Amino acid sequence: MTDSTLSLHEKDQSKLPLEYRTEEGNLRIVGFWIFLAAELVLFGTLFGSYLVLQSHTAGGPGPHDLFEIGPVMAETIVLLVSSFTCGLSTLELRRHNKKGLIGWLIVTILLGLVFLGLEINEFYTYAVNEGAPISRSAFLSGFFVLLGTHGAHVTLGIVWIFGILLQLGKRGITAVTARKAFITGLYWHFLDVVWIFIFTAVYLTGLVM
Amino acid sequence: MSENQSHTVKRQRYGFPWKQVIGLFLSLALTFLALWIAIGLSLPVNATLTIIVGLAIFQAFIQLFMFMHVTEGTEPVHQLLGILFGLFVTFAVVAGTLWILAYAL
Repeated sequence: MTDSTLSLHEKDQSKLPLEYRTEEGNLRIVGFWIFLAAELVLFGTLFGSYLVLQSHTAGGPGPHDLFEIGPVMAETIVLLVSSFTCGLSTLELRRHNKKGLIGWLIVTILLGLVFLGLEINEFYTYAVNEGAPISRSAFLSGFFVLLGTHGAHVTLGIVWIFGILLQLGKRGITAVTARKAFITGLYWHFLDVVWIFIFTAVYLTGLVM
Repeated sequence: MSENQSHTVKRQRYGFPWKQVIGLFLSLALTFLALWIAIGLSLPVNATLTIIVGLAIFQAFIQLFMFMHVTEGTEPVHQLLGILFGLFVTFAVVAGTLWILAYAL
């Protein structure tokens, strides 16, 4: 580290959280932010197409006919609370409390699984019971692609956090596992940010218009 | 730096996680406020949409600052610039798409 021009002084470095203490950890975290910026653009394109296609229901059911606020609020609250428990896991990481970190991460993926269950149930209700599958109209194509992309990200997040849990159990909190746990946390919070906009731009907008 | 170099770490204690709890309550409050404005109030459609989008942006900032620690790191300006550029492109894509294809702006 001492031969790198980017490295900090020993004194400054020791004040930083563990995941930032190596140059590699630092760069990987910045790199992950750049990845999130690209993800933002990906979701932006899906939001743009959904909002344009929203009114193109081809005589089929529209947002107002399909959306029910109860299940949507349940999904929203579960995901918000999971983001909170994920925040607590980062806090326990900063306290170097391995048990707390692992515990809150387990709660986070359990809440993630509940969210996925609710979402799959919602998709099933629309596609099978309400006769509104992805192929029914442009509105439903846009809806299922946007929501499905988010759901696929949540699924990946659950698998990813599970993998990090195994590593934490095996190796404990090191500079490397701390960085990995912090980055999965960033990913999970990002998914919550996307959901906030889905809640607003898809569900609430659909009920208002 | 070797990948798996182990650091001996000491357990540290801090107080109650105020930041996280405040973040959660603000998020829940903003969500229910947006719901109430959309369903409970019967404001004009454009006013409702403007307010709920504003609330969503505010809530996204809560996530960024209270949970994601966007200003942390040795040189946070790098990630801030990256995220700002991402936001700019996203805004251009969404607003441009709506403007051109839906005349909605």
